Amino acid sequence: MEHWFLNIAHWLTSWLVSLGLAPVWAEVILLVGQWTCIVGIITLNVLVLIWLERKVAGFMQQRLGPNRLGPYGFFQTIADTLKLLTKEDIIPSQTDKLIFKIAPMFFIIVSVMLYAVLPMGQDMAVVNLNVGLFYFISVGSLSTICLLMAGWGSNNKWSLLGAMRSVAQMISYEIPLAFSLLGVVMISGSLNLSDIVQAQHNLWFILLQPVAFITFFIAATAELNRGPFDMPEAEQELTAGAFTEYSGMRWALFFLAEYTNLVAVSALAATLFLGGWQGPFLPSWLWIILKTYLIMMVFMWLKWTFPRIRMDHLMSLSWKVLIPISLVNIVLTGAGIEIFRWMGW
Amino acid sequence: MVLNQEYRCDGTEEVAHLAQHNIIVTTLEKMWNWGRARSFWPLSYGCNCCPIEMMAAGGARFDIARYGYEVFRASPRQADLLLIAGPISLKMAPVVKRVYEQMPAPKWVLAMGNCATSGGPFRDGYSILPGADSLFKVDVFVPGCPPRPEALFHGLLELKKKVEQGQY
Repeated sequence: MEHWFLNIAHWLTSWLVSLGLAPVWAEVILLVGQWTCIVGIITLNVLVLIWLERKVAGFMQQRLGPNRLGPYGFFQTIADTLKLLTKEDIIPSQTDKLIFKIAPMFFIIVSVMLYAVLPMGQDMAVVNLNVGLFYFISVGSLSTICLLMAGWGSNNKWSLLGAMRSVAQMISYEIPLAFSLLGVVMISGSLNLSDIVQAQHNLWFILLQPVAFITFFIAATAELNRGPFDMPEAEQELTAGAFTEYSGMRWALFFLAEYTNLVAVSALAATLFLGGWQGPFLPSWLWIILKTYLIMMVFMWLKWTFPRIRMDHLMSLSWKVLIPISLVNIVLTGAGIEIFRWMGW
Repeated sequence: MVLNQEYRCDGTEEVAHLAQHNIIVTTLEKMWNWGRARSFWPLSYGCNCCPIEMMAAGGARFDIARYGYEVFRASPRQADLLLIAGPISLKMAPVVKRVYEQMPAPKWVLAMGNCATSGGPFRDGYSILPGADSLFKVDVFVPGCPPRPEALFHGLLELKKKVEQGQY
């Protein structure tokens, strides 16, 4: 069980080499295969996640949620997808057409790129990058630009206002997000995600860095535009934020990308704080899936529990609360490491 | 026309033969309509009393989400169903018309309550339209003042039947 996917990869490479292909090309074909698998898994996962989100929402509000289509309403998302596929594709006449069209594509590309460095099991990262965490944060912040593109290209006041708000929000929360991860990096001494998982062999970092975990979680919720921080989608004020003018499949791409980001950030949280793929009995890839889903359930729990926060409160939460806390956390972690070293551990 | 005879799929025998081998025979249009009929995302418009019943339909006791129709969209670009739940005044009429035109096809309209179906108590008034159908084609009328959430569900399920049969 543990080595299923690795064995498939090895078998595929050796088969391609035995066909007379240069090893480099075999690697390239394998990489294409890996990316196809990632995109497939993301799409299937989103089908499940949207159903889960609606069921969780129902559970939180003492409703039943979708239950007419298939077992527990499981096929509801399929009906929605079929409908979205055949909706009219409206591109308003006064838009910046190029930017309007490429914004959703850009968004989904950026969110799929996040998966390159995530270790989805022992030795199962697509690229074992030595600055993996840095890559994740910098690529993750690119999605800000896609939202701004969508807002600007739509030539609509709601879109532009929503995009400006989400850009302000995401840039402010980028800082506590990166700062809260520094504690983990200081303890493990590496930016490589596989090394960070190895460093949690004895003790998960959520126990060493509880404050950092909470700061990271709040900042990540704001980064994902979810839960109490879904300002860009504040329906009462901004219609649908940056996505106001998007219809049919273009809008669905944004939706898909948001859920893709959610899975990626949850997997990152599981990797950095919950010991990644490490765990007894079950194979490593199953452990990371279980932990990712656990964190996603907490994200959904938060979203359907708290009301939306006001824009100025949102900013002051980031600049006046989260950033000082994460800075103090860095100082305390450094002091702690020095004390432990002095004690000879 | 030998080919045509061979592959024409009109006999029940042939369909039964295909069904035995686990092949689902359908047309594309039927599949799309299956999806469309099960995922109306409403855009709501209303004044006071019908929307209260609409909110009750979304709440815990009645739960519109069971049918998958709970995704109320604020932007007409993402909506499929215009839920007219209130009288349309002459001043509001161009706005409603414009919202309807902003929705991407295929789109449907449900008139909820007496005011939206016929103008209701304001029918002979100087400022109210006599029903939403004087602006655009309405698919389902749900009478009542205001109609109960069950009546709204009945209207939605009638619309579902209509869309499934492709009569829109």
